[in-house]
Amino acid sequence: MDQPYEKQNPAFYAVIALLVFMSVGPVLLMFVNSFKLDVDIISGASGLFFLPTIQNYETALCDVLPYEPDHIDFCSLKFGGALINSLIIALISTVLTLVIGCMGAYALVRFRFMGRDTVSLTTLMVRMVPPAVLLVPVFGLWNNEFCLDRDGLIGGTIRETFGGRGDVCLAGTHTGIIVIYVAMNLPFVIWILQSFIVQVPRSLEEAARVDGAGPFQVFFLVVLPLIKPGLAAAAIFTFRIAWNEYLLASALSDRNTKTVPILIVNNMSEFNVEWGVIMATGMLLAIPPIIFTLFASRQIITGMTAGAVKG
Amino acid sequence: MVDMALSSAAERAAKRRKAQRLNRLTPYMFMAPAAVIMAIALLYPLAYMIWGSFRAWDPSQTIGEAEFVGLKNYVTLWDDPNFRESLSVTLRFAFFVVTFELVIGVGLALLLDRNIRGMSMLRTLFILPMMIAPVVVGLMWRYMYHPTVGTFNRTLEGLGLPTVDWLGQHALMSVIIADIWQWTPFIFILSLAALQSLPRSALEAAKIDGATTWQQIWYIKLPLMMPVLIVTGLLRLIDAFKVLEVILVMTEGGPGLSTEILALRISRTATEFRELGVAAAMSNYLLLLLLALTLGMFAFTRWQEVRAAKVRISAEEDT
Repeated sequence: MDQPYEKQNPAFYAVIALLVFMSVGPVLLMFVNSFKLDVDIISGASGLFFLPTIQNYETALCDVLPYEPDHIDFCSLKFGGALINSLIIALISTVLTLVIGCMGAYALVRFRFMGRDTVSLTTLMVRMVPPAVLLVPVFGLWNNEFCLDRDGLIGGTIRETFGGRGDVCLAGTHTGIIVIYVAMNLPFVIWILQSFIVQVPRSLEEAARVDGAGPFQVFFLVVLPLIKPGLAAAAIFTFRIAWNEYLLASALSDRNTKTVPILIVNNMSEFNVEWGVIMATGMLLAIPPIIFTLFASRQIITGMTAGAVKG
Repeated sequence: MVDMALSSAAERAAKRRKAQRLNRLTPYMFMAPAAVIMAIALLYPLAYMIWGSFRAWDPSQTIGEAEFVGLKNYVTLWDDPNFRESLSVTLRFAFFVVTFELVIGVGLALLLDRNIRGMSMLRTLFILPMMIAPVVVGLMWRYMYHPTVGTFNRTLEGLGLPTVDWLGQHALMSVIIADIWQWTPFIFILSLAALQSLPRSALEAAKIDGATTWQQIWYIKLPLMMPVLIVTGLLRLIDAFKVLEVILVMTEGGPGLSTEILALRISRTATEFRELGVAAAMSNYLLLLLLALTLGMFAFTRWQEVRAAKVRISAEEDT
């Protein structure tokens, strides 16, 4: 944009300031409150004047801190473990979705094969399936059908190693949650990456093929580097969904595989909400998406327009 | 000699066939992982759910043990006043949310479509709300709506105004406001992108002809943006039926049934009332609704493409 910036009248800037305040205000409020003691939050008289404390964060992360904070006797909130679960699940499912999704998108764009239209249409249609609809069948399947018999070879080995009584099922494992997240995100990732792969010039791929590269080499060494912006956008969206999702994780996880959103919801439904600690946990959950937004907003916006306008 | 020549020719032919077969298999090899995962974890569960919706199924049974009851679940639901209430709450929520977000989002896009310093920074700040976890959004708003310590009521008190029972009497409105806060930026960003890709020539022609700002918006910008707006609106509408966590955290569907949208009712029927068959039937109703919307969107984009092609052809004929 070489055009000079236009001068606007002051009222315009006032409107913009108000809008920024409205969109960022609630987040800032949570941020500030997460450093307040519950007493300060409830009395409220102090407003911005209070002594910031990291007590809330210490309470939240008590199970992973190397030292024991003075103000808590018993570490009831296993937040650190949940944070680790969330990280494992979100990262692995993002990587898997991206790899599998890119390959699928590439096949749909570059090859004519039997069943291509069916696959393409199915992908589009399942994009609209809400997680709530998947809740019932996934709960049933993951608990009853996708199991390894405890008397079988693999199931028996797992049972002997980890203990327990019944069959080994997908429910309650990281894998179970990862599988459903990958499946849920695939249609969107395939859709968004198609529009980026189309733009890769065919001649580049043909040149590589003439030089003797196989189809997988062409894909990984020529196509992938060229669609990096698309990959970044897709990665952010996938990570965001896997990181933020609550419903399916709550149905599939057990005591040891709880993710952060489940913990927050469980603590919110108690009668006496400890606002300070809850806000601290909320802040910890919100930090990764906030960082992505600040550093990759361009990719996010590109991805959003590619995913929606063409949709 | 002849034998050797024959055998090497045969070898070469076999090699070529193998290469060809690899070629023909390549797309399937690329597609296979995605197809397998989606078949196992999306399509099979959906089929399983449709099958289960015809059964009196409770979580302790496997689906094979559950009794087949035909359409009973669907009929029961249709006669259930709670389900109807929940459906009506869902429809009202979706309608208001999408309408307000479209009006505000497009309005802001029209207002901010100017060449100003720091526009990219502004856009970054505006997309912040929709990147944050719905659970956290629910938590922030529940705090702000809190009857005594909440920000809104405290501000109202400070100004000497009567306080409002946000999550009590006006629960649905409060939930709608929170969703508008989170998702208006989506429409704003997309309509801003649409605005900035409008043909400059049309706008300049209008300006030269002396059209006022309002006339430009009403007769040129909005009609040209319409295709994008309709698709965006439909996408938002589909997403509005998926909302669950924000409402769960803010009100848990209450007070009464006033904010119990379908997604929430499905999850409660499955986990609290333990009636998986009924929950599956309810999911199918929701799925049918969304299917209709999605098909509508496809039909619309298709029609748009056909019309654009026609316009192009007639333009070519004219020249």
